[in-house]
Amino acid sequence: MTQTTPEPQVRRQRAQVKVRTFRTDRWWLAPLLTFLGLASFLVYGVWAVFDPSIYIEPYIAPFSSPCLAEATCPEGARLFGWAPIGDWYTLPAGLLILGLPGGFRLTCYYYRKSYYRSFWLSPPACAVQEPHGKYTGETRFPLIIQNIHRYFFYGAIVIGAVLTYDAILALIHKPLGVGTWILLINAALIVAYTLSCHSCRHITAGRLNHFSRHPVRYRAWTFISKLNAKHQPLAWASMFSVMGADFYVRLVAKGIINFPYA
Amino acid sequence: MSYKAKFKVWRGEGGEGKLEDFTVEVNEGEVVLDIIHRLQATQAPDLAVRWNCKAGKCGSCSMEINGKPRLGCMTRMSTFTEDETITVTPMRTFPVIKDLVCDVSFNYQKAREVPSFTPPADVRPGEYRMKQIDVERSQEFRKCIECFMCNNVCHVIRDHEENKPAFSGPRFLMRIAELDMHPYDVADRKESAQKDHGLGYCNITKCCTEVCPEHIKITDNALIPMKERVVDRKYDPLVWLGSKIFRRPSS
Amino acid sequence: MEIERHEYDVVVIGAGGAGLRAAIEARQQGKRTAIVCKSLFGKAHTVMAEGGAAAAMGNVNSDDNWMVHFRDTMRGGKFLNNWRMAELHAKEAPDRVWELEAWGALFDRTKDGKISQRNFGGHEYPRLAHVGDRTGLELIRTLQQRVVALQQEDYETHGDYEAYIKVFAECTVTRLLKDGDAISGAFGYWRETGNLVLFDAPAVVLATGGIGKSYVVTSNSWEYTGDGHALALLAGAKLINMEFIQFHPTGMVWPPSVRGILVTESVRGDGGVLRNSLGERFMFNYIPEVFKDKYATTEEEGDRWYTDQANNRRPPELLPRDEVARAINSEVKAGRGSPQGGVFLDVSTRLPAAEIIKRLPSMHHQFKELADVDITTEPMQVGPTCHYIMGGVEVDADTGAAAVPGLFAAGEVSGGMHGSNRLGGNSLSDLLVFGRRAGAGASAYVDSLPSRPAVSQESVDSARAEALAPLERSGENPYEVHAELQRTMNDLVGIIRKASEISEALEVVEKLKERVHLVGAAGGRIYNPGWHLALDLRNMLLVSECVAKAALLREESRGGHTRDDFPGMNPEWRRKLLVCSATEDGSAVTVEEKIQPGMREDLLALFEVSELKKYLTDEELS
Ligand SMILES: Cc1cc2nc3c(=O)[nH]c(=O)nc-3n(C[C@H](O)[C@H](O)[C@H](O)COP(=O)(O)OP(=O)(O)OC[C@H]3O[C@@H](n4cnc5c(N)ncnc54)[C@H](O)[C@@H]3O)c2cc1C
Ligand code: SF4
Ligand code: SF4
Ligand code: FES
Ligand code: FES
Repeated sequence: MTQTTPEPQVRRQRAQVKVRTFRTDRWWLAPLLTFLGLASFLVYGVWAVFDPSIYIEPYIAPFSSPCLAEATCPEGARLFGWAPIGDWYTLPAGLLILGLPGGFRLTCYYYRKSYYRSFWLSPPACAVQEPHGKYTGETRFPLIIQNIHRYFFYGAIVIGAVLTYDAILALIHKPLGVGTWILLINAALIVAYTLSCHSCRHITAGRLNHFSRHPVRYRAWTFISKLNAKHQPLAWASMFSVMGADFYVRLVAKGIINFPYA
Repeated sequence: MSYKAKFKVWRGEGGEGKLEDFTVEVNEGEVVLDIIHRLQATQAPDLAVRWNCKAGKCGSCSMEINGKPRLGCMTRMSTFTEDETITVTPMRTFPVIKDLVCDVSFNYQKAREVPSFTPPADVRPGEYRMKQIDVERSQEFRKCIECFMCNNVCHVIRDHEENKPAFSGPRFLMRIAELDMHPYDVADRKESAQKDHGLGYCNITKCCTEVCPEHIKITDNALIPMKERVVDRKYDPLVWLGSKIFRRPSS
Repeated sequence: MEIERHEYDVVVIGAGGAGLRAAIEARQQGKRTAIVCKSLFGKAHTVMAEGGAAAAMGNVNSDDNWMVHFRDTMRGGKFLNNWRMAELHAKEAPDRVWELEAWGALFDRTKDGKISQRNFGGHEYPRLAHVGDRTGLELIRTLQQRVVALQQEDYETHGDYEAYIKVFAECTVTRLLKDGDAISGAFGYWRETGNLVLFDAPAVVLATGGIGKSYVVTSNSWEYTGDGHALALLAGAKLINMEFIQFHPTGMVWPPSVRGILVTESVRGDGGVLRNSLGERFMFNYIPEVFKDKYATTEEEGDRWYTDQANNRRPPELLPRDEVARAINSEVKAGRGSPQGGVFLDVSTRLPAAEIIKRLPSMHHQFKELADVDITTEPMQVGPTCHYIMGGVEVDADTGAAAVPGLFAAGEVSGGMHGSNRLGGNSLSDLLVFGRRAGAGASAYVDSLPSRPAVSQESVDSARAEALAPLERSGENPYEVHAELQRTMNDLVGIIRKASEISEALEVVEKLKERVHLVGAAGGRIYNPGWHLALDLRNMLLVSECVAKAALLREESRGGHTRDDFPGMNPEWRRKLLVCSATEDGSAVTVEEKIQPGMREDLLALFEVSELKKYLTDEELS
């Protein structure tokens, strides 16, 4: 007997639907709010970097910490009184370290999601067609660079430590200051956000296949995983807290906020 | 308590078709699949829909309801208002056979391209010893009922048909992660996740996680950890150096 | 139009646990194998199994072994089981489960890293290998992935994934073809296109599952139209035990659209209790004589059992399924049911909310999503639902061979293994053990053939005409015929049966058989569900007729067969099997009695004489 194969089937197509989406809910709201939130952060950040009021005893504005430039950092603002960058450098001190927290957030898995969706509309919301003709994702330059996120994470640990140190200094010098407590809360949120990072979760034990052989790392992983589940809210909370704390310190430094326990 | 609901159902064969209007009775406690069945029994006997278990266990009845990928059998009518018009369309990413039934062979092809579980040659059946904590991560991914809604919603192929050959979709990238995390799997899957299955296309926008009826955290627990594992292999000189110096057996 | 043709050594009909295991075995024996299934690959009914697969591995209690499992199985089936099958099943189940692990299955673990096992009704020790409450999914996915692994091997050696094993998904078989006495192939249609397809093969393995869709209230999916049962009958094979249908005691009863969906037995295993509308734990009133000394008689003792199983007897909520289903049925009939016609199953007052969510995640989800009931704060309403058919194709225990040369059967479609009542968890292991045996049996049969049987053009023509007939008629809507059959079977041949009602049902079936010849399917051939249903109706009616006829003949109550007019168990009837056969066109079904061969001495010796006395006749005992 001969074997006949099925006749070549007519080339099937997807349902020819013209509309971008049939969604009836307000799918555009979330990307819009995200856009506004992130945009406000950018605008504030640019302003803050060039604003000179970065320090008032014992507070230092988080955007400018650690302050490392001889020319632009007031005496008390320097980390351990140390300013490795000589006085040839006259631009704002914040610019020097901005790359670390900035890069950390820029390559953060959550922020990537949020700006891919709200800025690049890729996609704007689930099951809503994106406006681009081609898409290669993170397979090639420049977006392939996102893979270096873990190096920013190592750096972010340092920044987190510095902000904590700043807040503790403030606590020692002005335990009842409103600013002290703002810096403390900010430091806590920044550290929580940093630890909840996906790279951190991977490094603690995510890369292992036998948790049971590494009980301590497994415990750490369990803890980080719990934080990690809150990565998105922590990203927003720490973003607003750092913005708020920074702004507050600057207002105090400028003398606009001015009361004994400020 | 029953009422008449307005439905728009996509009908057609191959790619051609259009939304057809129906007015149909809805009773208390019913789900969208019940209504489709009522249409079959009363108004359109040849209306095609795929289903099996009607209990959210088999992943056959994937469709798009008011634009969102959902299981027809798990979408209760009470989530809609009585005067709302409900639009039901087939999954957009796959070719349509007829009405709500899609040709999902893309998924079976991709499944075949993922190298199977590869245990060490010297472990015999019955000798496997694994701790609960070591299997839990992969167990989460094995909850998958293969409804293929994650692959359907993923914009990498939903909006870009041309990416289909290069990208296996969240379902099968998750399968790779499942095997990579299996305590007894000895195959190396990191290179191929990137090279053959297109892990880099995923921009972690999490739509797969949003639609998964099993509530598997696909992006957080499978895709991102897999990306990190690829970074270990390809982009992390420290890990590379460490493994050269200490020569630890991979664990 | 031309009919697509394929040549294979073994054609397996059904891609559930049994079918896949059979196909894997046939392929491993070097046979070119086709897997044909009605739904997509990996969606067969086996995905719905929740509780677990019974295998006496002794991981949790090391006293467990195949002999204990064998005893439990025979007791569960009220000694009507094919003892050879029960023996093979108990002996081989552990190997089959371990094998799954080597293919990638991830069962829940014990502390020392072995496969964990759980308690279930009728099993003396914790015995069910499980993964949460989705064991069936794990089983089918593992087998599916094993098939893919074999395909990848073939790709390596032959450059073609489908060189030795191919899946024909969404393809329905409507006829088995014969050359003289022996099987020569199978005939069917693609659901997708409506094109016809012919498989030329000397061996066919049936693994098509059950028949639940002949009932309104059922936990089964649309696939369960009894196709395999009917195909076997029409090919000249015999069905046994068709009167035994398991009604699971706890199915959802409300809302109407989900009526019948299963509420897993684990709810009761984990402390859930049954109450009637008066708030009584009525199960205490329904402990049958044979179980009197094994079950608690007071609520206090029953409650203590959950924490201390060594010193207390288990609560009667955990009686075998048939007992519980009948009890619920009587309560509802006596007017003590819940508002929507069931009884209350309550865990909310028994366990803390967090514990319920942890132990019964999918039940919590199912009630929340489908019924708007939060089981952590309110009771569920449940009632019996048609769940499993113990009866099926009569096969040889060792090879799965049916009476027709070249025909094999395994899984729910085969009969004998479970006797008159199946224990929970014994089905999944049954699929694996006998799936493998049927695959091996079919391979050996193919090897032994001097020449391939031929497919005759005539038989193809008549199968073709039969398949296309509904499309050419513009008669009654098949959905109406189906609905009437379901109501009839549900009301008249349900849990509790009476001669008069069964006879009435048989009359209705007779009339429906006429109507089936007239139903028409509007629309074309491409994915036309009306047409598919019209074809399935033939099978449902045939099977329903077998069930009703056998039920009418068996004048006793045993396991899944309860006669209101013959309430007791009768040892004389235990020896007898009811065997159904049909004419080639399916127009007439006959049921005959057949004496079961007696159990082997060494197996008999596993039981106490006092226990055997309850089941066996004096003549058998002497
Ligand atoms: C809700 C539920 C829970 C359960 N829980 C458990 C449990 O915990 N433990 C346990 O042991 N058992 C359980 N069971 C029983 C068990 O799941 C089934 O008995 C078993 O899965 C049957 O498997 P099978 O391989 O025989 O057939 P199935 O898995 O049902 O497969 C049948 C196959 O045959 C195909 N088919 C049918 N007709 C045709 C045709 N005409 N042409 C082509 N293909 C066809 C179908 O497409 C399908 O692929 C449960 C059952 C249900 C309904
Ligand atoms: S997270 Fe990645 S895989 Fe998932 S939908 Fe988005 S792009 Fe696709
Ligand atoms: S991962 Fe979730 S969404 Fe994707 S196929 Fe599996 S069950 Fe469906
Ligand atoms: S900081 Fe967001 S993932 Fe690392
Ligand atoms: S029918 Fe099985 S998931 Fe909906």
